[in-house]
Amino acid sequence: MSKTLFDKIWDAHVVSTVENGPTQLYIDRHFCHEVTSPQAFNGLRARGLKVFRPELTTMTADHNTPTIDQDKPVKDPISRNQLDTFAKNAAEFNMPLYYPLGHDKNGVVHIIGPENGFTQPGMTIVCGDSHTSTHGAFGTIAFGIGTSEVEMVLATQCVLQTRPKTMRINYNGKLGPGVSAKDLALYTISKLTTGGATGYFVEYAGEAIRNMTMEERMTVCNLSIEMGARGGMIAPDETTFNYVKGREFAPKGAEWDEKLAYWKTLKSDKGAKFDLELDFDAADIQPMITYGTNPGMGMGIQESIPTLDQIDEAGRISFQKSLDYMGFQPGEQLLGKQIDYVFLGSCTNGRIEDFRIFANYVKGKKKADNVVVWLVPGSWGVEKQIREEGLLDIFTQAGFLLRQPGCSACLAMNDDKVPAGKYAVSTSNRNFEGRQGPGARTILAGPLVAAAAAITGKITDPRV
Amino acid sequence: MEKFVTLTSTVVPLPIENVDTDQIIPARFLKATNKEGFGDNLFADWRYNKDGSPKADFVLNNPVYGGNILVAGKNFGSGSSREHAAWAIDGYGFKVVVSSFFADIFKNNALNNGVLPVVVSAEFLAEIFDGANKDPKLTLTVDLENQTIKNNANGKSESFEINSYKKECLLKGLDDIDYLLSKRELIEAYEASRK
Repeated sequence: MSKTLFDKIWDAHVVSTVENGPTQLYIDRHFCHEVTSPQAFNGLRARGLKVFRPELTTMTADHNTPTIDQDKPVKDPISRNQLDTFAKNAAEFNMPLYYPLGHDKNGVVHIIGPENGFTQPGMTIVCGDSHTSTHGAFGTIAFGIGTSEVEMVLATQCVLQTRPKTMRINYNGKLGPGVSAKDLALYTISKLTTGGATGYFVEYAGEAIRNMTMEERMTVCNLSIEMGARGGMIAPDETTFNYVKGREFAPKGAEWDEKLAYWKTLKSDKGAKFDLELDFDAADIQPMITYGTNPGMGMGIQESIPTLDQIDEAGRISFQKSLDYMGFQPGEQLLGKQIDYVFLGSCTNGRIEDFRIFANYVKGKKKADNVVVWLVPGSWGVEKQIREEGLLDIFTQAGFLLRQPGCSACLAMNDDKVPAGKYAVSTSNRNFEGRQGPGARTILAGPLVAAAAAITGKITDPRV
Repeated sequence: MEKFVTLTSTVVPLPIENVDTDQIIPARFLKATNKEGFGDNLFADWRYNKDGSPKADFVLNNPVYGGNILVAGKNFGSGSSREHAAWAIDGYGFKVVVSSFFADIFKNNALNNGVLPVVVSAEFLAEIFDGANKDPKLTLTVDLENQTIKNNANGKSESFEINSYKKECLLKGLDDIDYLLSKRELIEAYEASRK
């Protein structure tokens, strides 16, 4: 029988099925960070349990960490306690893959996973973080879990999951110049809405996806959760294999050959049935920005915010509440609007290619005086590349500073908070109320639109 | 986990769509290392002014509304996977959340903490909002055994879906982890089969 890519990986990881209930799924790689894990370790302690397979969990501190002075003690005592607890748990449970602040493998969990070769095709991957979908770019089943489930994985290397429905989205043709993977994702979410893929696992396919680098594919899969999907995935191909090969934790020698032969079978068969299949033309996609307080409220940078009569009646109160928060009017165009902050970074757009795009645009130009810009690499690996490729010199000459790795202003648990009422053009993944600080107003965009905003101080079409 | 069988309660209506987990519990409150106390910061940015005083226009601060059932607009719990959102709802005292649509991860997290998400039709939801607006003493009865929810103001009831395994867990107060730990041999056999 014809199988989808999803079916193949799922079926290979079924340990048992609960009668009339969920599937017991084996997990190949568990990523763990300081914010969603302490209560899970507490749970193990309370039950007198050990970690079942410590070598299958990779631990990094990223969410609640400063992006300056990481060599000094963390100032906020509550944050410091959380990081100390993380260290204590790693030691007490004998976790071999623990990367604290300052470690050369430390960084945003969804960036260090692929970077070090932990993420490999065909795997099941979980993390107490909804953007775990990022790893789907390698042809994996990767999804976010809650802390109770983190405890289950630590205790048994399994989770109980209901099999989701499958959706395939095909992007036909090529993306236009100046249009990025982030734009493709924001465009898709704007069409499907934030709940449009709830209950589904999405496979991204088509020419525009095939043409993407691994980093671009990670950006697309990263944002799957923003339309409610359990996860997103892309069939592995030569681009994938070339990326994985030679990385520290990737298979080597005969094991590589064996794995590669299996990975080449990981694609949806001809005639495989999806519960839903959608098609988009890549050429229709423009550089995108969001105007509201969820990632589905996005539009082409040249377009105008919808008017009230374009919104269905049940949603009007929420729509108006959202625009009131943003300080925008229905029907307004945002091009030329003055902004205050720019954030380049996060698991969505904190990889080297994002910094190259930004550097390429700002080279020989000067940062706008009215804008505060945070450039936050996703990992020390990315930071090193920024230096080695000479991008740091370009940033310095244009008036930008480079910060240290972490999730930073994406969720603003640290000091990187956008003040109330201020506008931030952000390459992160969520424009929810208060996401980047209480009262902060977030406009999501790709790295190129962010670069243009950093130079002009306004919302600017980078293609013009 | 606490058992859940049946509940009759007044409701707290929140007729907003797409309530994300950053609204339920903002990220700056996620620095704790235990599960207690999150209820105090449930909906913090909608509930409190900058100086910590309550915002009079937010429903949790309106003394006419109360009870153990939160009723919210569609797509409740979207966004971050933080289980702290479920801990905050549970910690505040809600045992049931009613909406016409829930985000997946939130739904799982709620069930893993003994909080029952009940999906109702858009019409049923609209009638609760209307009814509670007219009479804040409106009550709902949620019966897990029979999988029904009744609006006691107009007498209408609906049945709701729940996975039979999860239903059993809630009725008996069992955690998933108890089940998984009982399957240790199967897990080891699976691992051996892949080598």
